[in-house]
Amino acid sequence: MNPISQYYTATDHFVLVPAIMLALFGCAILLLDTWIIPNPSQRKWLLPVFVLPGLGLTGFALWRQQAFLAASGSAEITAFQGALTVDGFSLFFNWVFLIASLIVALVSYKYLEIEGEHHGEYYGLILLAQSGMFFLATGTDLVTLFIGLELMALCFYILVGFLRTDKRSNEAAMKYLILGAFSSGFLAYGFSLLYGMTGSTKLRDIASTLAMRDAWDPMVFLAMATTAVGLLFKISAVPFHMWAPDAYEGAPTTVTAYLSVASKAASFAFLLRIFMGPLAASRASWEPLLSIVAILTMTVGNLAAISQNNVKRLLAYSSISHAGYMLLGLIAGNPTGIKGVSVYVLVYVFMNLGAFLVVVALRRKDLLGEDVEDLAGLIHRSPGYAILMLVFLLSLAGIPPTAGFLGKYYIFLSLVETGHYLLAVVGTLYVAVAVYYYFRLVRSMFQTDASVTEPLATSLGLRVSLAASAALTLAIGIYPEPFLRLAQSSLTR
Amino acid sequence: MTGVPLSWYLILSALLFALGVAGFLFRRNIITVFMSIELMLNAVNLSFVAFSYQLKQVNGHIFTFFVMVVAAAEAAVGLAIILTVFKNRETLNVDEVNSLKN
Amino acid sequence: MLDTIFFYLFALLVVGGGILTITRSSAVHSAICLIGSLVGVAGLYLLLHAEFLFAVQIVLYIGGIMVLFLFVIMLVNLDEAARERQFNGQWWLALACVVVVGLQIAWFMRKGAGAFKLAPAAAAAASAAKGNTEAIADALFSEYLLPFEIASVLLLVAVVGSVVMAKKRI
Repeated sequence: MNPISQYYTATDHFVLVPAIMLALFGCAILLLDTWIIPNPSQRKWLLPVFVLPGLGLTGFALWRQQAFLAASGSAEITAFQGALTVDGFSLFFNWVFLIASLIVALVSYKYLEIEGEHHGEYYGLILLAQSGMFFLATGTDLVTLFIGLELMALCFYILVGFLRTDKRSNEAAMKYLILGAFSSGFLAYGFSLLYGMTGSTKLRDIASTLAMRDAWDPMVFLAMATTAVGLLFKISAVPFHMWAPDAYEGAPTTVTAYLSVASKAASFAFLLRIFMGPLAASRASWEPLLSIVAILTMTVGNLAAISQNNVKRLLAYSSISHAGYMLLGLIAGNPTGIKGVSVYVLVYVFMNLGAFLVVVALRRKDLLGEDVEDLAGLIHRSPGYAILMLVFLLSLAGIPPTAGFLGKYYIFLSLVETGHYLLAVVGTLYVAVAVYYYFRLVRSMFQTDASVTEPLATSLGLRVSLAASAALTLAIGIYPEPFLRLAQSSLTR
Repeated sequence: MTGVPLSWYLILSALLFALGVAGFLFRRNIITVFMSIELMLNAVNLSFVAFSYQLKQVNGHIFTFFVMVVAAAEAAVGLAIILTVFKNRETLNVDEVNSLKN
Repeated sequence: MLDTIFFYLFALLVVGGGILTITRSSAVHSAICLIGSLVGVAGLYLLLHAEFLFAVQIVLYIGGIMVLFLFVIMLVNLDEAARERQFNGQWWLALACVVVVGLQIAWFMRKGAGAFKLAPAAAAAASAAKGNTEAIADALFSEYLLPFEIASVLLLVAVVGSVVMAKKRI
């Protein structure tokens, strides 16, 4: 392969292919929707099907990168003068994004038809959002990371407000956008201080320069604090979580599902890159701060979830509390902790997507299907869905032998290994609270007097995705070795 | 060379950022809230350019340039969303846009 | 000396405009004051020898973004919006953040420029010979080629998003 130019070499291209594929197919779907699809009945299945080759080619490119890394024995490929770094960590997260996009693209069509907003833009934005996530997981340059984050966030603002005639969707988009832009301001301010102190935008150079400074140096602390505020907003950690319940409730349920897993996973990849990279040297100053945030996040997430009657809102608070657990892995910071976060993210994708997909299935023309009461008697109406929901809820609560247990196990293990006993105890206590509110949903499903009695009518894509998510949730819990190896690979960086 | 030290620029930038944050927390009209965010982004840009000047690099200018691009994109989408909200409910008061609370 | 005078002049414009932006009750007044503040920032860019950004600030920020703001303010029902209460009860939060920043400023004042143990400016000579715009173009299309390309996707998303949000039938 000849270098195309000095600034866009063959290696650069090799690294960038997944993002190119995503952006290309994202644009292609926009065109396809406008020009090529002749009648609306074809649109129903043609649009989601067209996403498949895009994701397939992206997956192929990722697989080639993985194969290259394995064959060459090197730990990473850097491209664009250090702006992108492909390593086990970035590949792991990219696979997670790919799975989330695939599932969401497959399940959306029926839901969007009911809402009357089935447009090609939806699929285009999902792919473009994923290309933004690619840069969050792969980027190692402040400029690339910032603009990648904005690309992802902008796609999500639009997706959250995709039901344009629905007041709740409008409001959710507005709140999400305003608070998202606010947090970007903080993040950029933190970045400006990082740049000012080190004279470079490359994470590696910043890390080596900051390592020479004291962790409690006020300037470093200020840069850390403002960057942390921006990042904690994105993962919806308390006290920066107020956008999450509103955005989750108002967004189309399929988007809520995507937002809660993919956006969170991408933000965690970003968070880990920053805190384990440039800010690793100032651990002494951020560890107590993040510990407090993690405890607050678990407290508010779990306690607020108890009193929710809207399932989407309840799951929003539960996802806030899960962010708290994932933060604990970063606070522990040893290899077990980072592996724990990786396992947790992977597991979380399946179980949380699954739970939201059941809510998607509940939606019908005359029923929102978002209240806890709407789950009533599900076991009699559609026993299959009720059992699947039970699996997802058990996993979210962290009960063995489901996958959720495994994620929590590694997090707690890392906390004990590094001597954070108090955090481990607090985390374990909140598992009990979580069991309580998840079982409210279970009780509702198993009660006999239901107002609605017809079984759920769902699409093929939804049924397949639900079955796959549930199967993987159980598989990871029962036979974890291959998945642990996958998570282990994310450590090689 | 200008005789103005770097720290003055940074103080000005911090002050502008604080004004933006204060406006964001303080105001109820959504458009003014949005304008407060523009103030914050300008504070960021100012500090980037000041650092860049001090370091005799253009990297900071590049970041500023991208922040402006992002600000433009966000403003376009944000104002479109604000228009949709207004079309559906005829108010821009943040506290009255609350059908999402239980 | 002249630099210092200009700095104070622009700083006054920036801060004064900023304060008026967040305190004026009319959205149009706020927008006009914000434009003043942005002009001040543009002036500071000139003082810092960032001529390219000065032009971009005027053309893109003031000519583009702020005009968009004014359009939207005109489009929505202004009379109604102006009658609503303009400030919420969270003044203590606002005050707290101003205090925090005040402390930060005090700290800057005490330490002065010495607060920054800045990395040595290694490539000082390289960019000095060229003009600012030329240097930016060089960096933008070599080292920062990738973010430039991502920005094009970002702008596409913004266009698509605005159309999706604002158009009646897609």
